Amino acid sequence: MLIAQDLACVRGDRLLFKRVGFELSAGGLLYVLGENGTGKSSLLRMLCGLLMPEQGEIFWQNKKIKENAENYLPNLTYIGHLNGLKDDLTALENLQISARLAGNDVTDKQTLAALSAIGIARCANLPARVLSQGQKRRVALAMLWLTQSQLWILDEPFAALDVAATEVLATRLGEHMANGGMTIITTHQDVAINARNTQTLRLNA
Amino acid sequence: MHIHWFKYSSPQTFYPLAGKMIPWFAALAVLLTIAGLYVSFAIAPTDFQQGEAYRIIFVHVPAAWMSMFIYIVMAGWAALGLGFNARLSAMMAQALAPTGAIFTLLALVTGSLWGKPMWGAWWVWDARLTSELILLFLYLGFMALQSSIDDPRRADRAGALLALVGVVNVPIIYFSVKWWNTLHQGSTINMGVAPKMAMTMLLGMLLMALAFWMYSIAVALMRVRCIMLERERSTDWVKALSTGGQA
Amino acid sequence: MNTRKTNAKTNAWTSAWLTVLKRDLLLALRRRSDIATTLFFFVIVSSLFPLGIGPEAAVLSSIAPGVLWVAALLAGMISLSRLFAADFTDGTLEQMLLAPQPLAWLVTAKILAHWLVCGLPVVLLAPLIGLQYALPNEALLVLVYSLLLGTPALSLIGAIGAALTLGVRGSGLLVALLVLPLYIPALIFGAGAVAASQHGMSAQAHLSLLAACSLLSLVLAPLATAAALRISVE
Repeated sequence: MLIAQDLACVRGDRLLFKRVGFELSAGGLLYVLGENGTGKSSLLRMLCGLLMPEQGEIFWQNKKIKENAENYLPNLTYIGHLNGLKDDLTALENLQISARLAGNDVTDKQTLAALSAIGIARCANLPARVLSQGQKRRVALAMLWLTQSQLWILDEPFAALDVAATEVLATRLGEHMANGGMTIITTHQDVAINARNTQTLRLNA
Repeated sequence: MHIHWFKYSSPQTFYPLAGKMIPWFAALAVLLTIAGLYVSFAIAPTDFQQGEAYRIIFVHVPAAWMSMFIYIVMAGWAALGLGFNARLSAMMAQALAPTGAIFTLLALVTGSLWGKPMWGAWWVWDARLTSELILLFLYLGFMALQSSIDDPRRADRAGALLALVGVVNVPIIYFSVKWWNTLHQGSTINMGVAPKMAMTMLLGMLLMALAFWMYSIAVALMRVRCIMLERERSTDWVKALSTGGQA
Repeated sequence: MNTRKTNAKTNAWTSAWLTVLKRDLLLALRRRSDIATTLFFFVIVSSLFPLGIGPEAAVLSSIAPGVLWVAALLAGMISLSRLFAADFTDGTLEQMLLAPQPLAWLVTAKILAHWLVCGLPVVLLAPLIGLQYALPNEALLVLVYSLLLGTPALSLIGAIGAALTLGVRGSGLLVALLVLPLYIPALIFGAGAVAASQHGMSAQAHLSLLAACSLLSLVLAPLATAAALRISVE
């Protein structure tokens, strides 16, 4: 279970949000909504422990995440608005390295299967440099077919995806929640995702 | 005692306190400087080897002490700021840096002024002078890093880390420079304090050192007040302060 | 039970570390021009001095230790900007921060890769340049030893500066201002070792001190670099 209490975020000298809190339990989906610049991405980065909250605490299984990173991070998969791909590496190499860094020792075959699940197996051996925005996004998202972590934090996963890929991803997210996973997501698209319980958190400027 | 500490660690409560303390420290600085200069120039005896020129040590030595001491204090504030995420500590570190750099510069300039009559050269690669020069680089690096980062929180934390790295390195650098110095020169010249120093000389130096202390505290407090206003300009207490001032 | 758990942990640590190392070496291999730039910089800087000073062998050999060490130091420094900057802009740095292993541990793999790519070639090339400076054979050998012992410290200390200046305006110049003063001990002991052997003295003391510098930075620099990366990525 992930609990956020009384979070506040300051960027520069501007207060983006304060008193933000929620509880997310197994099978739960949390939409973080808000206009541009309301701090959605900052909130997600905070939940990953990349950004220190100005105020408030985040708990994973009742332990503070910043003191318990060793147990928290293996349970976390974060895909931010940056795809985390190296231009000089192929799609396959990129994905495999990301998965290994996250602690999943995947084989070539598994990696290829993940790429084909999101429909870009044919780009597997192309360097990321030549891929389009949507293709790069898909390589990054293919991670979701390799990870076993419980909590997924996704920043605008549907941006730059075509209709088919959007559907595949929505199905995958549904599966994850059905297996007792949790997802926190920001999105501007209206995509139906199945979950046991769906919450919405709206950030206002 | 404990409660007070935390109370004054918030900028809002520290601001007026600092304002009250500044005049006292400034007055002490002026008085001690007058006393120190009087002792150094009127009472202390003329050195039989170096003549009157030696009197520059009454500025040089305390300035050199301060330059090193302020760096350590700065690193201490920085460590507090990093460890406890205390805004005020980081602001103190930032406020101290320019003063430290000025004392370092003063030590360098007075050192070379002293060097000219003593060694016949404006600059000698003496271990102490070289270390002061490197210390100046460290101060400049700290200030440059802080000023080139826009986000104040990141600037504070990055600066603090650099100050800590610097303070670990200072002894190593000092040792290596001394080592280098003894290898490359016969080290016949010993810049530093004459072995048989008269009591009045020591007194003059101590008075000047105290004066520099008071000056540093006063100036650092002034600077930290400016930093507070700038950083917290969007908070209520600063706004209240500015409207109160106009009314 | 407990040992098995520890073993699994050790394996995970090793595998993540190797992943980072291999990735960075692979990237360097795909961008070979980057290695060449560092080397070329080293060669050109050290070739400028004879042109400015004159070809007299005695003068050249007396300035050689300092010049070669300064050139190696500058070459190491200009390559620092590549250490984290690309990872920072493309988001792979965030992945490293979110890896279950401690960041300081993974950072050592990145620094090692950087040293293998930018430091080691300079070490290997240095004796050739030393020949141009009319250095005697023993001095050449000591030059290689000193660079071998000292350049890791340069990469390690430099990593702190590179991490602190990530994404900052004018970071290239700023990194010089931050890092060069910290390089001074390595320069003094390194160049001192070569000079000592030129004067027929033992370079042992210098080399030991240089090794001590490297060991100390091996212990402290990754921690400082990791802390700096966390600050910069925020």
